[in-house]
Amino acid sequence: MSLTQSILDGNRLALARLLSQAENDAPEGRADLAELFPHTGKAHLIGVTGAPGTGKSSLVNQLALFYRKNPDSRKKVAIVAVDPSSPFTGGAVLGDRVRMRDLSGDEGVFIRSMATRGSLGGIAQKTASLVQIFDAAGYGIIIIETVGAGQSEVDVARLAHTTLVVEAPGLGDEIQAIKAGILEIADILVINKADRPGVENTERALRSTLELAHPTKRVSPALAGGTRVRHHGKDMSMAAPTTDPMMWIPPVLKTVATEGIGIDELAAAIAKHADHLRQSGDWAARDRARLGSEMETLLQEALMDRFHENVQPQKYHEMVEQVLNRNISPHEAVTSLLNGNLE
Amino acid sequence: MTEKKIRVLVAKPGLDGHDRGAKVIARALRDAGMEVIYTGLRQTPEMIAEAALQEDVDVVGLSILSGAHMALAPRILELLKKNGQDQVKIFIGGIIPDEDMPRLKEMGITGIYGPGASTDDIIEDVRQAVQV
Repeated sequence: MSLTQSILDGNRLALARLLSQAENDAPEGRADLAELFPHTGKAHLIGVTGAPGTGKSSLVNQLALFYRKNPDSRKKVAIVAVDPSSPFTGGAVLGDRVRMRDLSGDEGVFIRSMATRGSLGGIAQKTASLVQIFDAAGYGIIIIETVGAGQSEVDVARLAHTTLVVEAPGLGDEIQAIKAGILEIADILVINKADRPGVENTERALRSTLELAHPTKRVSPALAGGTRVRHHGKDMSMAAPTTDPMMWIPPVLKTVATEGIGIDELAAAIAKHADHLRQSGDWAARDRARLGSEMETLLQEALMDRFHENVQPQKYHEMVEQVLNRNISPHEAVTSLLNGNLE
Repeated sequence: MTEKKIRVLVAKPGLDGHDRGAKVIARALRDAGMEVIYTGLRQTPEMIAEAALQEDVDVVGLSILSGAHMALAPRILELLKKNGQDQVKIFIGGIIPDEDMPRLKEMGITGIYGPGASTDDIIEDVRQAVQV
């Protein structure tokens, strides 16, 4: 029996095998991936990112527990947990399972650890393939946990429907918060370890950042018919109630993942975001963007492979030497290689 | 451009809390270019077999200092077989009395290492056993 059929029948060993083949880009797995593809597109993909040590794994553990216990959403849960590969040896220690021991013993949860294998965007090159396999295998919730991300590891936002950015008290001031990058990709902001000192400052910084990104319409209270707010005897303008249903403003939520505090509210916000995506049409838009960028990546890989097949390694290295000796510029070298003019 | 990596599960079954050895091994295998899935302390045989299945590992490394190896090792072997992972090689590190070693090897444990074992030897043995 093919791996595909076994996976659709719920065989976990077959699933684990195909995940490896996809991760290794093994030719024998490609046919199965293609056969499974029509079965994808049903899962809610949730990305979880944030700096190292903010508690991403503990939060993922709690979310998965919630989805498995809650009768409304008793879907199978897959977790793809990514940790970095060493740039020197290619080895990796993948330690996210340490925080997820509560999930063992439940056959409806499947955790797979992945090393980045040289990718710099916070997830691995083949993470999208693994997610597709889980989707086809009937996992309704797929949580993608990135490496401990700094400021620009934002690839997960292209992969997930809903992206959680996890912060913790004491990690940076407002200037960190208004820099471009990771905060911009948040659909939901989570302040984990909210029992720590400094949580008020973190919350204030994040909220003020959000306000800069989503300037609230301000109207005079007389027009809005709301409560009058006076400052030095003058009427102050105040925020209009946001009624635009097409607009999603990322909520800021506080959790203590190790105690399970705030998880119900977080899950509710995730569900609300999924509803919002479906109603606004963004769900389809994100699917289109994701699959488009996946095709783009594959195309780049294939073109590179084809190029290297057609160029003798020796000629290629000669060209590098020429650049090294300042005979030609890197640009000229590339043009020359692409034109097949290798002399 | 991707290639097959040796995947190793490093697990610490049983109730003692000493994981220094497991961490040293995890680090050494990482530096040898392997992907090490580290599961932490106090794992049951069921948890270890489950993790080995989900992670599709080539090798399971067990750190056992509690003296319970003659109960834990056969149970883990049995569960791996039950899951269809007959090809997974098991290595044990820790405090294993000499008289138990032949019996463990007979059961199907690939390598056994005590205090002072060289990490280079262990790396070499793992590579030999897996032969990717």
